[in-house]
Formats: sequence, structure tokens, C-alpha cells
Amino acid sequence: MEEVLFFAAALGALGGAVGVIAMRNPFYGVLALIVHLFSLAVLFLLLTSAFLAAAQVVVYAGAVMVLYVFVVAYVGGGEESAWEPIPGQRLLAPLLGLALVAELAIAVLASSLRALGSDGPDVAAGFGDPASIGTLLLEKFLIPFEASSILLLLAAVGAIVLAGRRREETA
Amino acid sequence: MSIEWYVVLSALLFAIGASGILIRRSPIVILLCLELMLNAGNLALIAFSRMVGNEQGQIFALVVMVVAACEVVIGLGLIVAIFRRRLPLDVDALRELKG
Repeated sequence: MEEVLFFAAALGALGGAVGVIAMRNPFYGVLALIVHLFSLAVLFLLLTSAFLAAAQVVVYAGAVMVLYVFVVAYVGGGEESAWEPIPGQRLLAPLLGLALVAELAIAVLASSLRALGSDGPDVAAGFGDPASIGTLLLEKFLIPFEASSILLLLAAVGAIVLAGRRREETA
Repeated sequence: MSIEWYVVLSALLFAIGASGILIRRSPIVILLCLELMLNAGNLALIAFSRMVGNEQGQIFALVVMVVAACEVVIGLGLIVAIFRRRLPLDVDALRELKG
């Protein structure tokens, strides 16, 4: 059962990722990314991290993707021109991607981490549920938690400064 | 499923995102490819957290999600600002800062 779910979710994640870079229209790219994010949430559940799977669906597929859809609708999905500033870029880029896969695969397969081939240790029933993540976040990792809240505030202010309408434009 | 499968899948997803950044020239699609790479990193972090049997890796992944959300907000703000000034939405045409 676990294998079936893993391969279904892995296929969804890979298909969504390929869809993002293959679709000419950015709007379809955003939709492909939503498929990818849902598949990743299933994989997170298989790795017994229920809270992160829920956060993935609510924060990414819910909030961030809505932002993308709004901006794509506002800007309009234009087609890219066929002009290549670097000759052979379209050919070279997939080759470099394949080289990266080969390098990472060698690093994983030749790793001396013995636990990599196992299913991981047996964990208690509450592993990765909201209660345990919340306890960790508010006790052990309080300073990173506060720092990320400041980062979010700065990003919100920055976005308003960047995209806000200027006085002279409205006048 | 052994942890190896998840790590190899995350490597594949990361490489797809990286080659997407190299191929595409629309800034929106480049932001989408950045999301792919960050999510591949998240998958690896959670897989390793499961391998060790410790939840601290999941906190790390949560912080990555926060940083990704900030990056999206700033990136989309820049795209809207570029669009307002009627500049072309093409990373090769926006080369004023090129040395």
C-alpha cells in the first residue's frame, strides 16, 4: 500500500515539475505547480509529518498559489520569444540538469550513511503532529520562530513599497 | 519505502527546477522553478528527519517554507513593478545592471 502511494505521489510530483518548465503559458505552469505541491504533501504524510503536510496544502496550495494566479492574471501570460541570447542554451541546459542528477545520484548511492537504506526507526504515534511541532517551535526554537515572523513582516512591507501605486502615478 | 527513494526523488526534482531556471526566461516561470527547488530541499530535509527519528528537521523545513513565502511576495512585487513601468517581462531584456 505504501509503495503504491509513494509511486503515485512521486509520479505526480515529477509530472507537475516537468509541467512547470514545459508549459508555454505561465498560467498552466502555476496549475502544474499546484499538482506538484499536493503530491509532495502526500509524500510528507508518508514520512509521518502530518503538520507539515497540512501546512503545505494550506500555505502553498492555498495562499501562495492564489497570489501567483492573481499576478499572472494581472500581468497576462505572454509567450516567450524564440530568440536565444546564448547560442545553444536550450540544448545545454537539460544536459547540465542531467549532470546535476548524476552527481547527486552518485552522492546518494555512494554515501556511507547506513540508515539511508532503511525505513527509519520506529517512532511514537505523535511524531510530527501539531502538538509536538508546536512544543519544539515555542520551546527549543523560539528565536528562529520570532526571526521568521520579523522576516514575514519585512517581506509584507517590502511588497507594499515595491508594488504600491506612487503619488505621481495617481495624480 | 526506504529513505533512499525519497532522497533520490528530491534530487530529481531539484535538477528539474535548476534546468527550468536555465531554460526559461519569463521571470514568473523562474520564480515557479525556484519553488520547485525549495520544495525538493524540503522533501530531503523531512526524509532525513524521518531517517534520524527526530522532529527538528521538520522545524527546519517549516522555516524554509516561511523564507519561500517571503521570496514569492518580494518576487511578485518586483514583477508587478516591472509591469507597471511597461518594461519587457524577460530576464534577458532587463540587463541594465549588467557590468
